[in-house]
Amino acid sequence: MRILFIPLVMLCLALPVSAQERYFTKSGQIVFFSSTSIEDIRAVNDQVTSYLDIKTGELVFSVLIRSFTFDKALMQEHFNENYVESDKYPKATFEGRIIDFAPLDVSKSGTVEVKVSGKLAIHGITREIEVSATLSTYPGKITAKSDFYINPEEFGIRIPQVVRKNIAEKIAVNVLMFYIPFKK
Amino acid sequence: MKAGKTALILLLLAVIAPVVTGQNLKDLLDETEAEQRLPVEGLWKSTRIINGHSSKQLNRRELDYRISHRFGRINSGPYEFFGLDQSTIHLSMEYGITDRLMVGIGRGSFEKTVDGFLKWSIANQQSGPGAFPFTISMVSSFEINTLRWQNPERDNLFSSRLTYSYQAIAARKFGKFTLQLTPTLVHRNLVHLSGDYNDILALGVGGRYKLTNRIALTGEYYLVNHPRTVLTTQLYNPFSLGFDIETGGHVFQIMLTNSLGMREGTFIGNTNGRWAKGDIHLGFNISRVFTLKKGKGK
Repeated sequence: MRILFIPLVMLCLALPVSAQERYFTKSGQIVFFSSTSIEDIRAVNDQVTSYLDIKTGELVFSVLIRSFTFDKALMQEHFNENYVESDKYPKATFEGRIIDFAPLDVSKSGTVEVKVSGKLAIHGITREIEVSATLSTYPGKITAKSDFYINPEEFGIRIPQVVRKNIAEKIAVNVLMFYIPFKK
Repeated sequence: MKAGKTALILLLLAVIAPVVTGQNLKDLLDETEAEQRLPVEGLWKSTRIINGHSSKQLNRRELDYRISHRFGRINSGPYEFFGLDQSTIHLSMEYGITDRLMVGIGRGSFEKTVDGFLKWSIANQQSGPGAFPFTISMVSSFEINTLRWQNPERDNLFSSRLTYSYQAIAARKFGKFTLQLTPTLVHRNLVHLSGDYNDILALGVGGRYKLTNRIALTGEYYLVNHPRTVLTTQLYNPFSLGFDIETGGHVFQIMLTNSLGMREGTFIGNTNGRWAKGDIHLGFNISRVFTLKKGKGK
């Protein structure tokens, strides 16, 4: 009888636990900046979808390129048409995990500094990146914050000589996510 | 033994269960993302295909300063340096009042016209579920011919100087290719030659093919119902071929065309060059867009 009892308990535990270990957002924010002596360019996207598995530390992001809004409509058009080619490559994605991850205790508030590594795909080119991030837990939600730089040329985004001085070599990216438990 | 078997099945289930419920995060992501309906942008680089309007609007608070030149006829030979010695000019200032309404005023040296227009965007082509398939705009424009009267002794009215045009624009982008149909009505209060029509109907067909991100091949043709011959003047349908070259805030349009006029009333109603004879003008439009005040992007 005991041999039957153990898997039965395991089965009962398995379902609810797996349902609560996932957190998600559909309104995460990604902002990028390019700052040069000639001009500053800033774009905001607050419709980023992301999932975080607090047991394994897995993280996925999907960013619709067309949802980035700029101060100047003409810049937005050039960004989509001439640089990231959003018709051809509508999404940027990230798939990765938190390195040396200790499962998060979401029952109490706290903050941990982590490193995240994974595959970032922009403009049809996938690159391995490793960035620092801060995870904060509050009862019922988690926030994730990360600031890093990317080089558009590493993602095959060509910047012509005439505007080279208007666009920074390294683009600052700020990621801010408010995750809530995912219930299916 | 029976208990053992049941236990084995349950054990298997316990192992499988988290795998089944524990769906891959990537798949979850794909499921969550509802496809969004978004406006299709970048049908054209500029608000003109070549001579005629494209479906592109200026955005709110954008000012477009345009300089257009048409040289003389290529077949005028080396004495006129194949037309480059002569130049017909059009200057205009255009402004986006809202993202959907733009206005413009201009001056053309051909017939010394002063002109103005309103362009109103009615609908935008979209992508995603339930998307609207076309970008639709309306253009209403006027031209005032300010040439001195040919017969000053006649009773000349100011209204005789006016030409009006009305255009409906329907455009669609198919990837790198954009196609536009432009039914047009041009009304001239006074025509120069008896036998010419006051009202002319035309159907414009315009296209663009993007060669690179910044260079596109363009073409524009208007099928016009004007009389082919008015006294000794032959009239032809305007046809133009060109390139759009975009460099940040500037768009350069370089073209070959059989029209000297650069506004609807003049190029649709008054094109007397014939491609087959080499009555072709080299020309260019330069458009410089300034964003006057920062606003939230569309």
